[in-house]
Amino acid sequence: MDLHKLSLSKQLEGLQKGDFTSTELTSQYLNRISELDGQLNSFITVTEDQALSQAKAADDRYKKNNNFSLDGLPIAHKDIFCTKGVLTTCGSKMLSNFEAPYSSTVYDKLDKKGMVMLGKTNMDEFAMGSSNETSYFGPVKNPWNIEYVPGGSSGGSASCVSAELAPIATATDTGGSIRQPASLCGLTGIKPTYGRVSRYGMIAFASSLDQGGVIAKSAEDAALILEAMSGHDPKDSTSLKLDQPDLTNNLNNPIKGMKIGLPKEFFEKEMAPYVLKSIEEAIEVYKSLGAEIVEISLGNINLSLPIYYIIAPAECSANLSRYDGVRYGYRCEDPKDIEDLFMRTREEGFGAEVKRRILIGTYALSAGYYDAFYLKAQKCRQLVANDFIEAFKSVDVILSPTTPGTSFKSGEKTNDPVEMYLQDIFTIPANLAGLPGLSIPCGEHNGLPLGMQLVGNSLEESKLLQFAHSFQSNTDWHMKMPNI
Amino acid sequence: MALSDQELKEIAYLARISVKEESLPSLKKELEDILDLFKQLDEANTTEVNAMSHPLDLSQPTRKDEVTEEDLRDELLKNAPSVKSGLFLVPKVIDGEN
Repeated sequence: MDLHKLSLSKQLEGLQKGDFTSTELTSQYLNRISELDGQLNSFITVTEDQALSQAKAADDRYKKNNNFSLDGLPIAHKDIFCTKGVLTTCGSKMLSNFEAPYSSTVYDKLDKKGMVMLGKTNMDEFAMGSSNETSYFGPVKNPWNIEYVPGGSSGGSASCVSAELAPIATATDTGGSIRQPASLCGLTGIKPTYGRVSRYGMIAFASSLDQGGVIAKSAEDAALILEAMSGHDPKDSTSLKLDQPDLTNNLNNPIKGMKIGLPKEFFEKEMAPYVLKSIEEAIEVYKSLGAEIVEISLGNINLSLPIYYIIAPAECSANLSRYDGVRYGYRCEDPKDIEDLFMRTREEGFGAEVKRRILIGTYALSAGYYDAFYLKAQKCRQLVANDFIEAFKSVDVILSPTTPGTSFKSGEKTNDPVEMYLQDIFTIPANLAGLPGLSIPCGEHNGLPLGMQLVGNSLEESKLLQFAHSFQSNTDWHMKMPNI
Repeated sequence: MALSDQELKEIAYLARISVKEESLPSLKKELEDILDLFKQLDEANTTEVNAMSHPLDLSQPTRKDEVTEEDLRDELLKNAPSVKSGLFLVPKVIDGEN
């Protein structure tokens, strides 16, 4: 039986009924990884032995009828989540030899519920990138067409779920790193409200923007696992003091009478005709389900990109100062003094994009520029957040494309950082305001998938997933899988 | 926005990243392109706006002053590039007698 074709909830049902074992399920995925990942490069580390022993332990618990809630379900983890005793690289040469001494809360929570880790997925170095071409471990390919990028930074997580090498994967999103690859690989990706998912043991890029989430094949699958990852964590001081939310109960409720906002600033932009067509068709689906469409204005939204490229590099330059070649990670050969040790370790250990962002951040925070750049950006960030607060007084969700287009060819944008940054133009605002956002497939162009984004009010993941599930119950875009 | 070679070198030193002389021109161009983006913020009126440093309006939580972390000294040292007698080793920092 092709178990990888089943949804996560069907897999769980099968395990609970005893139709198949976790060992069988896990082995199928491990076999697919060894057969297919050579051409995709979606995994940095495959934890085969550990996966099989976790699967066996789950099977034993099922036999004794004392199984956990998600027992025996396989998952892949983005290599940004620390996993005790397992290589955790963040896609960087700097951490290419780093075995995490402890596990992230995200890993721990899912492990305690019985989930089986298949391995650690490839990613843009330190989550900085939109094409998964900045990884020290080589670029990841898009299963829909291996000449194309899977998006980034969670490109490995998207690629492996799209190729059905894992039923679901964890991911992180600082400016679009869950939603953009989900869009480019034809998947459902959700970034929850800032503070929903613990950042403990999740390697930091920009701490006021980073948030963990999942990339899945459907909203239903995403809800099941996001729910299990969420909840207050005393180890993360920015974790919201809220219990694990119920994200599955509301999925099947009708959206009739609810309001969808279309930000006119997004739709005034020059948009590829096929993108506009897909979005208009999606809007028609929602209208037919009884949703009301309202034009809204987010007057400062066009400031989002420059705000982001000041704040994210500023926070990154502070966070990445810890990589100094002293306590862990890469160290240059034969340093002649301590200064040389720092300077060469960081020159050799970081890739080009990471260094660019550290330098930009250092510049924006330096004396003489702090007020002009960093403080100004923080004030503008408040303006963007205020626009959302105003908008959510009159709508339930905000709809837009996730990305300016479908995937692009490997190498096409690598020489122009600013061109690459434009990939995240629709996704960045939700991070600035700390709001939940998701991407679901809603069309295709020349054989490549395309997603739409829904952004919700703070803590309204449940409503977002309800909108996504209701779309997926009436369309089959999310059922389309690449031939690989 | 134009960056001088000198400015770029100073930023790189502040960030403790050595930059090779031959990569200065291309790096300068890339950084200038990014800095040009920032000009768009000039048009925004922010005179009455408070800086938003974080999406959550939280005060810093406190906890009892008790040790909660496990002692992971040996585990942590395993990842260090150079260690002696339980200490991280680096090149000599202070000049003088050994």
